[in-house]
Amino acid sequence: MSAPNVHRKNFLSEFSVSSPSFLWLTIFFLLPTLIIFAISFRSRGEFGGIGDQWTLETLQSIAHPNYPSIIWRTIWMSLACTGLTLAIAVPVAYHMARVSAKMRDLMMLLTIIPFWTNFLIRIFAWKSVLHPEGFLKQFLVWCHLVNPDATLLYRPEAVLLVMIYTELPFAILPLYAAAEKFDFSLFDAAMDLGATRLRAFFSIFVPGIADGLLSACLMVLIPCIGSYVIPDMVGGKDSMMLGNVIVRMTLENRNIPAAAALSAVLTVVMFLPLLFFLKGKKNPDGSAAPAKEVV
Amino acid sequence: MEEFLKFDRVTKSYGSLKAVDNVTLNIKRGEIFSILGPSGCGKTTLLRMLAGFESPDTGRILLDGEDITDQLPNIRKVNTVFQNYALFPHMTVRENIAFGLKIRHRPKAEIDAEVDKMLAMIQMEACADKKPNQISGGQKQRTAIARALILKPQVLLLDEPLAALDLKLRQRMSLELSLIHDEVGITFMYVTHDQNEAMSISDHIAVMHNGRVEQVGTPAEIYEAPRTSFVAAFIGDTNFFDGSISEVVDSEYCWLDVPGLPRILVFNDKKKSKGDFVHVSIRPEKFQISIDRPQVGPKHNVLPATVEDIVYQGDHTRYWVSIENGWRIAITRQHNRFMLDERPITWGDKVFISWQSDDGYMLEHYSEKDEDLLQMPPQQPGEIGSEEEEITNTLQNIELQEDGQ
Repeated sequence: MSAPNVHRKNFLSEFSVSSPSFLWLTIFFLLPTLIIFAISFRSRGEFGGIGDQWTLETLQSIAHPNYPSIIWRTIWMSLACTGLTLAIAVPVAYHMARVSAKMRDLMMLLTIIPFWTNFLIRIFAWKSVLHPEGFLKQFLVWCHLVNPDATLLYRPEAVLLVMIYTELPFAILPLYAAAEKFDFSLFDAAMDLGATRLRAFFSIFVPGIADGLLSACLMVLIPCIGSYVIPDMVGGKDSMMLGNVIVRMTLENRNIPAAAALSAVLTVVMFLPLLFFLKGKKNPDGSAAPAKEVV
Repeated sequence: MEEFLKFDRVTKSYGSLKAVDNVTLNIKRGEIFSILGPSGCGKTTLLRMLAGFESPDTGRILLDGEDITDQLPNIRKVNTVFQNYALFPHMTVRENIAFGLKIRHRPKAEIDAEVDKMLAMIQMEACADKKPNQISGGQKQRTAIARALILKPQVLLLDEPLAALDLKLRQRMSLELSLIHDEVGITFMYVTHDQNEAMSISDHIAVMHNGRVEQVGTPAEIYEAPRTSFVAAFIGDTNFFDGSISEVVDSEYCWLDVPGLPRILVFNDKKKSKGDFVHVSIRPEKFQISIDRPQVGPKHNVLPATVEDIVYQGDHTRYWVSIENGWRIAITRQHNRFMLDERPITWGDKVFISWQSDDGYMLEHYSEKDEDLLQMPPQQPGEIGSEEEEITNTLQNIELQEDGQ
């Protein structure tokens, strides 16, 4: 059998194996996204539908003075949430990889227990915790940490807190998977060469779980950018995010093309970190060539 | 003797297991000191205590007069070459070597100069900017050594440094290690389970077994004068004889009554007296094997034997012969002459074995378990007693059975 034939056969078998997921993604992901992009170039219909003219007006309307601040808030809230979530998740993953198997199972259980409760119910639970009559508020007042008149709910900080809470398991799981594979004799080696525990953690452990960090970043960042339930329920007027605007455009203003335009912007915003991730994945060593094994 | 590095009655337990049991060692400045033992003997625990990753339950560790028992690993002037090198995968060879100096915030120019010196010493200038997964096992090994040596430690710890390399590379690296040692003059503490490695590289060896130090000595002392049956059986191979002394001939020799054998003359190095029960270890290469009865002096023992098994190894041949009453002996014969010129000794040959009586060594401590460490082919049921008739009978039986089929 000649070589090209082999390649052809491989290609065919690869294609047949991947075609179901390929078709699925095309029909349910790629096409809808393209439709949304297309609608954002349409005019607004008379009764809240989609008009039949092509126009750039809808996209230009995004330049509305309200939007840049909302886009900006969406980005900084998402970045802050990602940063803080990772700051909590990395030490947790480190400990999970180091403790005994029994303790590790317990920590794993505690990590995934929230999944057993519906997302909305958990947010309602947070609402009652943060509520002016809620125990957290009462406790903080008792500690003289907050003013009795202050509100914990309906502020960007509350949104951030609940977002971190929601995303934490999604960060811990990939980080733990990476930490479990980490060779802790490297940690010993760093200490042996004079590094303190903290230094070894940052200059050996953290780069050592870079892959896990990257996927945890995406797992947190992307849902954050698109989130709307949390800002809607625990946030106030000044914690509105892009997701909320899209919902409002769709349900209240009945301006489908504007919602589509915002969605398109959101998609692009989310796509950028993904591109960055893919680029990082392709050459992890900064060298495109695969590592050459010598002797 | 100058005490440079001292383990003073160090004990470490994990649960009910005593990993290191009351170990006292004195290591001289500038020597290569090996800790040799089978896996699980506590040698790595001992090393990790010196590096600071474990702390002893009791006992002290003193380095150059300073008690370092409770010092953190990053304070100790002791650096380790880890078993699997533990090179930082996200750093280049150069960055790996520079790591220790960077931690110490040395000026960049100084770090570069030091790293260049190290790279030249390990002859890896060409690979300086490669990542650990792009270099070979031997190069990883050299990088790990350079990374530890650049800090000019008082002691360099090597934890099975050659275990991951193949045989030829292992031999070359062990020579290179000796050269590096001669160049830097730092005390090396070398942990290994490989007796050949320990023999070839060390000034002194401590043989460990079940958390205890069985013997400390030069490689020759350990090999030629083993204190216990474990040392005798673990280092190289040996034959054990036991019996009671029936007669003390003079200040040097005595007759030993070995059950089932004619009495043999042994060197009375422990000054035992008549009636004492002793164990004697005789190395396989101390025996001579010949087809004709050898002409020997008065201080020799000669026994008739039957060849049971032969393993040809090129430079030498290993014979297992049986003597009277089920005693079996391993014999090594060096081929210092072209072997094919003589009539070869073959399976079932009646031979004579002889050895000089002062080539045996009396053991201070004997444990029957250590016999399991000896290389001995499994005994075939028909050969017990190794009487010629029995073998012949067995052979005839086999022939008869084959005829009958």
